[in-house]
Amino acid sequence: MSPVLLIFFVLAALAVLGAVSLVLQKHPIHSALSLIVVMVCLAGLYLLMGAEFIAAVQIIVYGGAIMVLFIFVIMLLNAGEEEHTDFSKLAKFAGLPLALALTASLAALVIKPGQSVQGATQALIPKATEQISSMLFKEFVYPFELTSFLILVAIMGALVLAQREKK
Amino acid sequence: MVPTNYYLVLSAILFGLGTVAFVFKRNIITIFMSIELMLNAVNLAFVAFSQAFGKVHGQVFVLFVIVVAAAEAAVGLGIIILIQRNRQSLNVEKVNLLKL
Repeated sequence: MSPVLLIFFVLAALAVLGAVSLVLQKHPIHSALSLIVVMVCLAGLYLLMGAEFIAAVQIIVYGGAIMVLFIFVIMLLNAGEEEHTDFSKLAKFAGLPLALALTASLAALVIKPGQSVQGATQALIPKATEQISSMLFKEFVYPFELTSFLILVAIMGALVLAQREKK
Repeated sequence: MVPTNYYLVLSAILFGLGTVAFVFKRNIITIFMSIELMLNAVNLAFVAFSQAFGKVHGQVFVLFVIVVAAAEAAVGLGIIILIQRNRQSLNVEKVNLLKL
């Protein structure tokens, strides 16, 4: 087994373990910490694929900003352990089998050696970050400007939602 | 190199686990986190295809997904704070105004 494949399996196992832990933990803060493990493992996988820029963004934005926001809100609201309520009958009997069926069908779809994927080069993309930046500011400049508008709307929405009503 | 199929299977597993968490969890914050997990799984598939085809279009898309996820987190957490303020609970079973 080549070292790259070994690193992949270690990171993949950690990511799956973190995701399982997210499902099983009762306290939301434990779930949040498990999700951070998943995100750091995914950043490692991106590095393995030669996507350094995406790996850095994953750590900074997901691990650094979004998850800190989540933990901040969990602590702000003093969220306790999850209350156990009875599932609906449908969720109780059909939920897990259906979710497993979804996972299995997705995996079965992609595990088949597709012509195009197998025939692809699979080499590391040279100067990936440089290509991303030039593509972002040339080919995708219009969607890029639209995202800044989206963020502006999100800021205003969050402000309006979180402000206290005046009597 | 690691075969692209391995990344895609891992992505499918993470997406499935995110779906399980979304269906089974009762805490609204955890449900929100499972959505983030599903977005991450899709990002992994995007980067895997980007590497397989030797083009960076997939990575540009991942950037856009991350931006949308950040905006979504800001607004969604505002809504969660509002729910807690109005219902004194984070349990989604108690938020049932639209339920028949």
